[in-house]
Amino acid sequence: MGANHDDHHHAADPHGRALRLGIGGPVGSGKTALTAALCRTLGQSLRLGVVTNDIYTTEDADFLRKAGVLDPERIAAVQTGCCPHTAIRDDIAANLDAVETLEERFGPLDLVIVESGGDNLTATFSRGLADRQIFVLDVSGGDKVPRKGGPGVTTADLLVINKTDLAPMVGADLTVMSRDAAAVRDGRPVLFTSVREEPGAHAVATWVSGLVESWVRDHGHEPDHVPA
Amino acid sequence: MHAALLLLADSRLPAGGHGHSGGVEEAVRIGAIHDLPSLAAFLRGRLATTGLVTAALAAAACAYGSSASRTGWIRLNAEADARTSSPAQRDAGRTQGRLLLRTARRIWPSPALDVLAESLPQGAHHPVALGAVASAAGCVPGEAALAAAYTAVTGPATAAVRLLGLDPVAVHGLLAGLAPDLERIAATAPTDWEALPAHAAPALDLLAERHIRAELRLFVS
Repeated sequence: MGANHDDHHHAADPHGRALRLGIGGPVGSGKTALTAALCRTLGQSLRLGVVTNDIYTTEDADFLRKAGVLDPERIAAVQTGCCPHTAIRDDIAANLDAVETLEERFGPLDLVIVESGGDNLTATFSRGLADRQIFVLDVSGGDKVPRKGGPGVTTADLLVINKTDLAPMVGADLTVMSRDAAAVRDGRPVLFTSVREEPGAHAVATWVSGLVESWVRDHGHEPDHVPA
Repeated sequence: MHAALLLLADSRLPAGGHGHSGGVEEAVRIGAIHDLPSLAAFLRGRLATTGLVTAALAAAACAYGSSASRTGWIRLNAEADARTSSPAQRDAGRTQGRLLLRTARRIWPSPALDVLAESLPQGAHHPVALGAVASAAGCVPGEAALAAAYTAVTGPATAAVRLLGLDPVAVHGLLAGLAPDLERIAATAPTDWEALPAHAAPALDLLAERHIRAELRLFVS
């Protein structure tokens, strides 16, 4: 499928560790709400960990902890020194450390979600940090955004267009967004959501479950195997 | 000069340094740094205290380098602990050291770095890790000291550019002006553990402690 599927040159040996899923996208598009929705829907069936990359302190981590969707100790926060994209792409050391610390403390885990700080359309996760990535847009940024492209929109394994409930109010044409996204994404999937109206984000959760299933099939935890 | 020194001192080395301001974020918040001259004063003070101590620790770690034993690393790290009175700074220093080792062990694999990482699972202090990494990369103690002194001022300078929108060329001009001091510190850094300096910077300790308690933080330290 996409660029990330073709390249299996992962930094660390993936055998026996959790799938690492990056969630990126512009400020306010609903990354944290989607992360909470995934925890809500998948938390019963999968062993989860979450790393947040906050712009300010631990706001997103605190939001998730207060939402009660996951054991607060399984949520780690990373500070990014004014450069959220640096922490997920150019210098992933702090995020890797947080992911591996979660795996050491609570492992084996099935899925670790790394939520990036709000950034711009060029932000993508390093393949050394995330095995797969979701890019989250929302309709209120305007229906031109998918057409503008950028690595997040064009190469993410899944593009989520959130806040569809607001489309009539901001004059966003979902058909246009869908057509434009399809044109730049070379067949990779796009899902429309309104996490506010549907707090479980089931379509996205189903997509993530499928990823985890194939990850376990390909790199599964061996019985009693403790990840390195 | 060993070319690996350039990689070690480069801010693009992916070892988590970009998340640390070395006290600048708090100093900006309270107004102590607000323009180029106040940044210059901060950097000179930092270099003469923390910078000098970290340079000496890095030189000592580099000299200790490949002959390293677990107990030796633990002792040298304790020397760094003893010179870092703020718990927040100790945490930040160990975190940076742990991240540097994580990165460097993949770039310059060496048994000495493995021993260091295993001896101190919570993280060796950054200058200790930096010195050990410099040794593994083929640098000499004076070069390790230069890298430590250099990063002691360049990281905070970059943070000030981000936080205050200062002219980056003017800030680099400031850094260039510090070059003779960097060279002097590197040239005189002792590698003998008993001669390690212990210059304190209470203002930096206080900034670190206030920073960790602040409501809003962009940087880890």
